[in-house]
Amino acid sequence: MNAATAGLPKSQALSHIRICDLTGLLAGAGATRFLAAFGAQVIRVEQPAHEKHRWDFLRGGMSPDGTKQGINFGGGFNNHNVEKLSVTLDLKSPEGKELLGKLVGISDAVTENFSAHVMERLGFTFDWMKTKNEKIIYVANSGFGKAGPYSDFKSVGQVVQPVCGLSFQSGLPDHEPAGWGFAYMDHQGAYMMATAVLAAIVARNRTGQGQYIDFSCTEAGIGLCGPEILDSTVNGRPMRRPGKPNSNADNFPQMAPHGIYPASGSDTWVAIACRDDADWKRLAETIGEPWAQDPALATFEARYARRDEIDAKLGEWTKQSERDVVNAKIRNAGIPADIVSKPEDRIEHDPRTSSWGLWPEVEHDEIGKVRVEGVPIHMSETDWSITRGAPCLGADNDFVYGSLLGMSPDEIADLKERKVI
Amino acid sequence: MNALLNGLRVIEIASDRAAYAGKLMGDLGADVIVIESPGGHKSRGYGPFVADKSDPDNCLWWWHYNTSKRSVVLDLETEEGRENFTRLAHGADIVLEGEDPGVLDALGIDHTQIRAGSPELVWVSVTPVGRQRPDLHEPATDLTMLAGGGLVWNCGYDDHSLPPIRPSGGHAHHTAASFAVLGALTAVVHRDATGVGQHVDVSMIAATNVTTEVSSIDWLYRGATNQRQTGRHASEHFTMGIQVQTKDGGYCSNPLGLTTAGNYKDVMEWLRELGLEDEFPEFFFLQMGYDRGGVPLKVLGQDVEATEIYRAGREALYLIASKLTTPEFFVQAQQRGIACGAVYAPDEALADEHYRFRKYPVQVEHEDLGRSFTYPGLPFTGESIPTTIRRAPRIGEHTQEVLGEVATA
Repeated sequence: MNAATAGLPKSQALSHIRICDLTGLLAGAGATRFLAAFGAQVIRVEQPAHEKHRWDFLRGGMSPDGTKQGINFGGGFNNHNVEKLSVTLDLKSPEGKELLGKLVGISDAVTENFSAHVMERLGFTFDWMKTKNEKIIYVANSGFGKAGPYSDFKSVGQVVQPVCGLSFQSGLPDHEPAGWGFAYMDHQGAYMMATAVLAAIVARNRTGQGQYIDFSCTEAGIGLCGPEILDSTVNGRPMRRPGKPNSNADNFPQMAPHGIYPASGSDTWVAIACRDDADWKRLAETIGEPWAQDPALATFEARYARRDEIDAKLGEWTKQSERDVVNAKIRNAGIPADIVSKPEDRIEHDPRTSSWGLWPEVEHDEIGKVRVEGVPIHMSETDWSITRGAPCLGADNDFVYGSLLGMSPDEIADLKERKVI
Repeated sequence: MNALLNGLRVIEIASDRAAYAGKLMGDLGADVIVIESPGGHKSRGYGPFVADKSDPDNCLWWWHYNTSKRSVVLDLETEEGRENFTRLAHGADIVLEGEDPGVLDALGIDHTQIRAGSPELVWVSVTPVGRQRPDLHEPATDLTMLAGGGLVWNCGYDDHSLPPIRPSGGHAHHTAASFAVLGALTAVVHRDATGVGQHVDVSMIAATNVTTEVSSIDWLYRGATNQRQTGRHASEHFTMGIQVQTKDGGYCSNPLGLTTAGNYKDVMEWLRELGLEDEFPEFFFLQMGYDRGGVPLKVLGQDVEATEIYRAGREALYLIASKLTTPEFFVQAQQRGIACGAVYAPDEALADEHYRFRKYPVQVEHEDLGRSFTYPGLPFTGESIPTTIRRAPRIGEHTQEVLGEVATA
């Protein structure tokens, strides 16, 4: 651990847990990020500097001001790898394999999200890990899982989301799929992967045994579409049918009106959800126009049948005012509403995030001070702590190989010289 | 080997917000007891319903989000109901609830008091803005939280006269519930080591805020505001489309296009195999792509020739897609090493051969209806991962059984 950050606070929740972390990108690194924020010692194992092009794709980038470039400047990498350590290790060399075995020997869990068969090809199977540590936990994360006809298929967020059905579930009727403007399943995959690690630790606490868990990200995505899948498998109603999806309107429970409506400014929008007849009554009073007072619209059934007409008229009304004015009027009437927040709205001007401490500042050895994402849970006794930025490549070689594995400075220098680390 | 979470007991007060968290832990082997008020939780009325007949025991929303749980009916407005609840909580590892701030306090159910009687208990609350700031609490739904939390801004179409799009399915709830499970298990790991339980406070709006990938980071790191674009990442700059339409009217996503020399060679071969070489006047660009060793994504927009080659590569994919069905294009592209995803409807994905091979769809026995139905299973495989899940309980189906267990405990 470097001297500058050694004295910073650390959560005690998982401070007794050590992860040998071979993950990258968001789908994997996001999982161990959560564990690191709660104090686990997460040791990122990365290719040495001479192994160009084999680092985490997000590792490199430009400094925030655009003046510097290099392998330690990736903004996403910094965000996803706060509170972790970095060691370099050439996994293909015999000595690299031996050293990885030593790291496995002192770790609680091994995590990776390589393509499905990379670990096997490198010889790092669960059976091999168990020869180094009989209680080891191994969690693997890939798009399609380690077995099956698609297991070798290439996978990124914009492959996972289409294949699992989530992209299909986003859009307007008679338009092409709108899909997702970011890698949602990288996040959900990371959460599920961290769940597997934690659950396996809980199981080990009871049984004394480690285990291997293989996670398939596309399967996690399919599982997020449950009630409508059952409508298909139980009622025989296919999800691909006229009028579907209509995703701003679609909801369980159904509501009307329910959607995203324009405000007066350019590309400004307000989401409104009228949960029940009482909400509608107050909304109609707030609108104050004769069409809204129509007693025929008092029931959900009537509003649902005429929802297109109501949406058009409600949109005409919202368009007359600025976004924040419409939003405040509706919220003051006690009806669920919110602006469609731009990043600057929710990060700079929303007390719901600032009062939570959701955007902590970290210290990064090369980038300096920079804000990152916090964690959306607070724990009363052992809360998270995020103060250290992502590690520079190999920043913790001396600590891990020296203090944890007991190697001498000469041995470490020799490994560096021979590009093993 | 025992099921992964075997031995863990969770008392869940039925709610929209925490239902998925309870389901995940239950499907993984925890004993999850869902507490409903007399008459059943309101989500039993959300639909859709079996054969479209409204019935609280045959609601598919309830069925999906309450698998592998037991149901106990307690009237928390009565002294007896509260006593039974406290007894159940004291025998549990985790209490999971999603009540608005103040609701449980008004009933006299105070988590600090209950935890005082059971110091190892982990109590998880899931609320729109967290329990720490009840003054910020306002009515909110999945739609409004995804809008205010920043997800919606990123999704939609190139045409910004169309509204931004909120993907349906309840993702403000899914995201918060994922963190509820992570918080619960983190607290249990700590409890196992120290004997100290605690309160875990989940904010739904915060959960969505930190689940927008580059959207938050690009702002935090360099003050950039990304703009929504059809079927692909929102970005500060307008990027090339990645969705191709197939001959059956469906779509496939090709997020990376053609980047390696091998990609260009394989697509030339693919065009030849399909007899499309003559229909594609820009074929020579593909040869150029191969000759120059591929086109790395980072040169797009900077190297004019490389950008034209890359664009031609995308055009080739549009043409090929127009001649194939969605599954054909998806599988053939992937077999040629091109990152590609079929835009499946979720039920189409569930029925795909890959997932059937992996036994991801599971048959869930509804012995009360004399039938079994196909459900999505668990996204994990391993020795301690259950290969089946249990149907959701009928209202109060296990009240006597569970209260009997507590009485004799």
